[in-house]
Amino acid sequence: MREIVSFTKAEAQPRLSAVLEAQGLPEADALAPRLRRLIDEAMATYAALIEPRAALEDVTADAFAAVLAPLGVSEGDLALGRVYPRAEALALFVATLGEALPERIRRLFAEDSLAEGYMLDSVASVGADLLSDRLAERFEARLAAEGKVGTRALPYSPGYCGWPTAGQRPLFAALQPGEIGVTLNASCLMTPIKSVSGLLVAGAGEVHRFRPDFPFCDDCQTRECSRRLASVLKPH
Amino acid sequence: MDILSRISEALQQGDDPQVAALTAEALESDLAAGDILQNGLVAAMNVVGERFRTREIFLPDVLLAARAMYAGLDRLKPHLASEGVPTRGKIVIGTIKGDLHDIGKNLVGIMLKGAGFDVIDLGHDVAPEAFVDTAVAEAATLIGMSALLTTTMPRMREVVELVKQRGLAGRVRTIVGGAPVNADFARGIGADAYACDAAAAVDRVKVLLGVN
Repeated sequence: MREIVSFTKAEAQPRLSAVLEAQGLPEADALAPRLRRLIDEAMATYAALIEPRAALEDVTADAFAAVLAPLGVSEGDLALGRVYPRAEALALFVATLGEALPERIRRLFAEDSLAEGYMLDSVASVGADLLSDRLAERFEARLAAEGKVGTRALPYSPGYCGWPTAGQRPLFAALQPGEIGVTLNASCLMTPIKSVSGLLVAGAGEVHRFRPDFPFCDDCQTRECSRRLASVLKPH
Repeated sequence: MDILSRISEALQQGDDPQVAALTAEALESDLAAGDILQNGLVAAMNVVGERFRTREIFLPDVLLAARAMYAGLDRLKPHLASEGVPTRGKIVIGTIKGDLHDIGKNLVGIMLKGAGFDVIDLGHDVAPEAFVDTAVAEAATLIGMSALLTTTMPRMREVVELVKQRGLAGRVRTIVGGAPVNADFARGIGADAYACDAAAAVDRVKVLLGVN
């Protein structure tokens, strides 16, 4: 099944608390008025400029193995390689907030409106990640409607946990997301810049568990995998 | 309150029109541009940096102050050139090839400019050769690299090795940063320093380049 998703602006609007947390800022009530004003303006600009959409397509495990194959890496060397073969369902995705938003961010920085540019960029980064979460929710809901109740979906993206950014190339070749306006440059980076891509992996929460003992785990400071696993092990 | 203290106060408030006006006023009163820069603008940014380090203020506050710093610098630049005031050092920065995450790198650039350094920002997805070629062409003495992805951070090693291969070690220093990067990684690839955030980057750069 292939789907082009047009999100509502409300679906793509991050919560204020998520934006504050991402920036390490205190809770809204404790913010200085000028910071609160900056954030409110950035949230409003974000809402006005986004054109959130996504391409999503189911793949079998064999088809996804073919997406990984050109990279020449052993599946055992990727966190994802330990996860996806156990999944109940898989889907490739690319999602974007559109070009108007990054263009405004570039302009703000070029004009030395540094705080405004930074704030809008921060909101946009949280918003782009939110799109992959929204797609995971949709995927879970569709699977539940098909009788696969209790499956938990998580997005896995090139660039993280051993999946090289070069993995974008075969992913894009398989998904063909041109109709939502996302392209790759020579370094496999996406344009518009506030876009996300990857594989949705759905299954019982435990499907997402893996031992973080890869060489790249030694260098990782975020340990985001633990937070992600915790999010799918707790009940809905 | 003397004019430099008023500049400092306005800068800390992020009041860019006021900083520009006061800087112009200071120049008209025959204060040397170098004096206004060091004892007005840079001194005020040091206070802002310290308040940020102690979490008294937050990053957007620093950025508002930085814009005010730029407003003052714009007024000073022609005078600095005519007075022959040397820059504190020239630095090339960029996000490493294959990585597009540049907000952290942008912040480092803003803070370094705020501290009086001359910054050449190559943007994101920067090839190792571009870092080194630019450092040579611009006579920069430091290269700053950023990465957000564990899959792209190994490319920082290529830059460090290229600096050595071209016989620039010691003359061109390297500093690395970014969410997945740490001091052990920096040591492992032979970089001269690691900075955990933009404020720390300014401190490390000052040490590396031997400026106060």
